[in-house]
Amino acid sequence: MAETIMEIKQLNKYFGTKQVLAPLDLKIEKGEVVAILGPSGSGKSTLLRCLNGLETITSGELFFKGEKLPLTDKSWQKMRTKIGMVFQSYDLFPNKTVLENIMIGPIKVQKRATEEVQEQALNWLERVGLKDRAHAYPRQLSGGQKQRVAIVRSLCMNPELILFDEVTASLDPENVREVLEVILELAKTNKTLVIVTHEMAFAKQVSDRIIFMAEGKILEQGPTKAFFEQPETERAAVFLRSLDFSNL
Amino acid sequence: MSGFDIFFDGNNLIRLFQGLLVVVKLSVISLILGLILGVVLGILRTTSFKVIRVVLKIYLEIFRVVPLLVLLFVFYYIVPELLNSEVSNQVVSISVFILWISAEMSDLVRSGIENVPVQQIEIGKSLGFNSWQQYYYILLPQGVIPVIPGVINLVTRVIKTTSLLMMIGVTEMIRVGTQIIENYTVKVPTASLWVYGLIFFLYFALCYHLSKLAAYVERRQVNG
Repeated sequence: MAETIMEIKQLNKYFGTKQVLAPLDLKIEKGEVVAILGPSGSGKSTLLRCLNGLETITSGELFFKGEKLPLTDKSWQKMRTKIGMVFQSYDLFPNKTVLENIMIGPIKVQKRATEEVQEQALNWLERVGLKDRAHAYPRQLSGGQKQRVAIVRSLCMNPELILFDEVTASLDPENVREVLEVILELAKTNKTLVIVTHEMAFAKQVSDRIIFMAEGKILEQGPTKAFFEQPETERAAVFLRSLDFSNL
Repeated sequence: MSGFDIFFDGNNLIRLFQGLLVVVKLSVISLILGLILGVVLGILRTTSFKVIRVVLKIYLEIFRVVPLLVLLFVFYYIVPELLNSEVSNQVVSISVFILWISAEMSDLVRSGIENVPVQQIEIGKSLGFNSWQQYYYILLPQGVIPVIPGVINLVTRVIKTTSLLMMIGVTEMIRVGTQIIENYTVKVPTASLWVYGLIFFLYFALCYHLSKLAAYVERRQVNG
């Protein structure tokens, strides 16, 4: 029986008077890779940002490993060391080297020993093919390289859950593959990942479960294979057809 | 006696350089204290405490709108009355300058911090940084570097503005120069040309390098 990492109950989110997330419930199990799909403006990214407190929720409850989160700034600050996030903007700290970017969180926030963190950082950099860039500055890297470093930065915090927010959406097309390959590798290592993406082929390959959202609601969720072969809702079927270019 | 010989008559040249020293001393002391205070005020102006932000904005506007000379006179004549004791004119000068510099600096720091992209803060948050760490590791280093040219320009303005201090009796370079000229102007009609010429050169020597430095820093930032 898998352990539930994160659970949300009756989550509502308003921007002003506009409801962007209808009451929704969601469970994320340990070791699971969940892809959140849906048209633009469906609230995918907002939902993801609610999971690590970058957006405050209007009402509802969040549980981490069965424990209810108090949702205060202080408690989120602590939670965020357990919930990693990789952003669309692939930003690093521009005034720090690759290695410094990766090591600042573990050392300054988690107070871990420099040697141990450095070993882990170099180890991960090697696995994503960037060990020789450890002492480069972000401006010397391509977008894809920066995003791979951002993934390593998140990994070195040893999070129990990593959120990926459209991490390839701002990259040049030729840089997309190298980033997706890294995430695919991670998915095979029993890490718990929640991925918001527009890359359907990638979602199909990487995820165990699909959550399909539109207009701030979860319209359907289920095993990846079933979703792509036989979507339950018409809305999802239309969405998948609109992204299928094989019959152009 | 020619104009040039004035410098070597008595201890005129030494007195002028002593005046220069006063300029440097007052500038350095008020800059060190004023810039530090300005960074603190600038940070406070970016926090979420509305009352503090409003108060500091008013503080900035007062020191920006009221001419410095008026502030100097006000402090020079009123502060001793209030404290009921003598306050040396150098202390008055440094105090007024610290208030002025900190106000200007706070605005530079505020604009620098506000221009740091929000994504940088979100990365910090997602790594578990607390507010203090967000300022120390992200907002200050990234916010202050772009405003360095502005800070250097403020430094040159401060050095030049010390020339106002003669109005409250501080024996800085221009006041010394004026005294020397008054002494010689009958005997040597070109005295003011020579003395002010030297003062011109000394101010130029002080500020020119700073201007160049500001331009250099700015160019480097543009070129990355």
